[in-house]
Amino acid sequence: MATISVGLRHKRRKERLRNLAFLSPWLIGVSVFFLYPLISTIYFSFMKYDGFTPPVWTGLKNWRYVFTDYPFFWPALRNTLWLVIIMVSLRVVFGLGIGMLITKVKTGAGFFRTAFYLPYLAPPVAATMAFAFLLNPGTGPVNNILGSIGLPQPGWFNDPAWSKPALTLLALWGIGDLMVIFMASLLDVPQEQYEAASLDGASWWQRFRFVTLPNISPIVLFAVVTGVIQTMQYYTQPLVAGKVASGIIGGSGQQFEPGYPEKSTLTLPQLVYHLGFQRFDTGGASVIALVLFVLAMVFTGLLMRRGSGFLATDD
Amino acid sequence: MRRVHKAVIASAAIALLGTACTGTSSAPPASDDATKETTITFWHGWSAPSEAAAITANVKSFEAKFPNIKVKVVGNINDDKIKQALRAGGPSAPDVVSSFTTDNVGTFCTSNVFADLKPFLDKSGVDLDKTFPKPLQDYTQFQGKRCTLPLLNDAYGLYYNKDAFKAAGIAEPPKTLSEFDAIAKKLTKPKGDGYAQLGFMPNFHGYESTATHFAAQWNPTYFTPEGKSNLAADPAFGKMLTWQSNLVKELGGFAKLEKYRATFGDEWGAKNPFHTGQVAMSIDGEWRLGMAKEAGVKFDIGVAPFPVPDEQADSYGKGYLSGTIIGIANTSQKQNAAWELVKYMTTDTEGVVNFSNGIHNVPSTLDALKSPNLKIDEKFKVFLEIAQHPKSSTTPASPNGGAYQLTLQDFGYAFESGKQTDLAAGLAKADAQIDKDIAQAK
Repeated sequence: MATISVGLRHKRRKERLRNLAFLSPWLIGVSVFFLYPLISTIYFSFMKYDGFTPPVWTGLKNWRYVFTDYPFFWPALRNTLWLVIIMVSLRVVFGLGIGMLITKVKTGAGFFRTAFYLPYLAPPVAATMAFAFLLNPGTGPVNNILGSIGLPQPGWFNDPAWSKPALTLLALWGIGDLMVIFMASLLDVPQEQYEAASLDGASWWQRFRFVTLPNISPIVLFAVVTGVIQTMQYYTQPLVAGKVASGIIGGSGQQFEPGYPEKSTLTLPQLVYHLGFQRFDTGGASVIALVLFVLAMVFTGLLMRRGSGFLATDD
Repeated sequence: MRRVHKAVIASAAIALLGTACTGTSSAPPASDDATKETTITFWHGWSAPSEAAAITANVKSFEAKFPNIKVKVVGNINDDKIKQALRAGGPSAPDVVSSFTTDNVGTFCTSNVFADLKPFLDKSGVDLDKTFPKPLQDYTQFQGKRCTLPLLNDAYGLYYNKDAFKAAGIAEPPKTLSEFDAIAKKLTKPKGDGYAQLGFMPNFHGYESTATHFAAQWNPTYFTPEGKSNLAADPAFGKMLTWQSNLVKELGGFAKLEKYRATFGDEWGAKNPFHTGQVAMSIDGEWRLGMAKEAGVKFDIGVAPFPVPDEQADSYGKGYLSGTIIGIANTSQKQNAAWELVKYMTTDTEGVVNFSNGIHNVPSTLDALKSPNLKIDEKFKVFLEIAQHPKSSTTPASPNGGAYQLTLQDFGYAFESGKQTDLAAGLAKADAQIDKDIAQAK
């Protein structure tokens, strides 16, 4: 009996080791690239740490500074939320709309697919600079055209009221990624369901609401969740747009103004860089990184929860 | 379940141990032998071909004097890259670093990222007072700790379009701000909802038209002796902001000027608005002379000190000073060899003069300023005089770099646009913000 028990234990240990060996790539990856940075970030958020001298415990000082004294935090948070709600929603609607139009096109579909996808491949810095040129309120062709037909000429990236809509236009221009995903899912909707709906006298809207949407809802949820996460990390475009529009690229004695104009293009990732890498305030930067982490988790959790009823089921 | 707990606790402990081990970089003793064969790495920020050629020539003349020390030069480096490299350390990190941002000296000195140069200066017998002008000594140290030295100097003055002056019947550049305002208005030619020519761009986003550059004409005191922000208490800031916002109104208003500003080309390129004639006057550094020449500007350029407030007319000739700084990385294992390069570049009269000639900057040593080998024309001489004017000043170093300037400028944007009208309350609020930011940095 004792021999069997020892043998069984030995076998189970071997099994556990084998399972661990199979799991080890994931375990190592999660530990090194997720757990360690996360725990470090939490640790540093309670420390004064400039990267040169050893960290010193400061309790909640960094948290108090970021939430009550750091003048850029709340504008950046408001901007990030604006972009998450408005820009992500518009990108999903626009991507789906373009996808639906192109799937209906009988001739030249390849050309339109390419034309709408290509902007997505443009490097973000180059694309943003091009938009800053096109939307220049003084010399840009867009305002010239608007002016010539008697329409108002917005300040775009130079106007705090128009800078985020201008960034949204830039994001809609690069809609190619979502368009391709939506097209794939739209082409996957069974045609017989549309035929049955048509025979039942369903209108265009009813066919979309009761046939198309239930079939593509997992893709819509995917687009929203990934869009929210990407927008939480939105950095390059607002930074470049702000720099180009402000005209202050940086020089001797010049102070760069974050979030030009009037902090309207500030986003939370810019603050992580500003505090952590420009002011050597790793503690403050860690607090903002944790805020971003919590926000991403909350948004994703809410969307997944709400989306579970939205997802199509097999039955 | 207990195993899961154990695993989590173990992970946390490892992570904390790992993090606790970071950032403890300590200064290596300067024990290297600078007379032996060695190679040091020098990072700088210059990128234009003419500037890169000048710095290469300067380094070559150093290597000729110190044949045992080879210098690996890396250009086009900005402060963000410097900070990360010095933070990371290691064999690829630079030994000698120069930066255009004097504002960061406070951060560099307090964080010990740059080595204390006092032992090196003492060893070499360099007398700072006999070597560098006082303002340059000030902006290269922080609270008594000298971690950098000045490497050339920038002086700001008034550039004006002589052809535009002649066409408007103006004979002399303005000396006081009331004269300046009148000339700026006279030179301004409205066209539609813009301008055919603007006398001067006063808006704080107008390139070098910054709050700190203007404020230097009032010789402000940014901090109290206790290190507290002094914006509301020193009338200089209120006077500067009042003058600037009045000029904004007189030249057409904030919105109109901002729209016109959006038509300007790149400050550092050929389409700079002064080059193109879009503005007839501008505040700028001495480098603009060389840039305007390279851009092929057709009109005759005039230079003069920037005008002073009427009540300080006797201090005409002063201006804002800034410059490039140079230091030794605290993590460098070759600090003695690095010091030889720093000493040569900052104190060797011939080296400083040649570099100044090559790069069109103001020399940073007293001897170089008087050197007969300095290639100066009448225009460049104006900047040399501004640099040596006893009332010329700069912005002080602070523990968090230029954050306080950003706060002042931020209020300036709100005040010039009319979004904030209460000057005293705005300056007091800016003071409070600056003090909070400094407290966070300490």
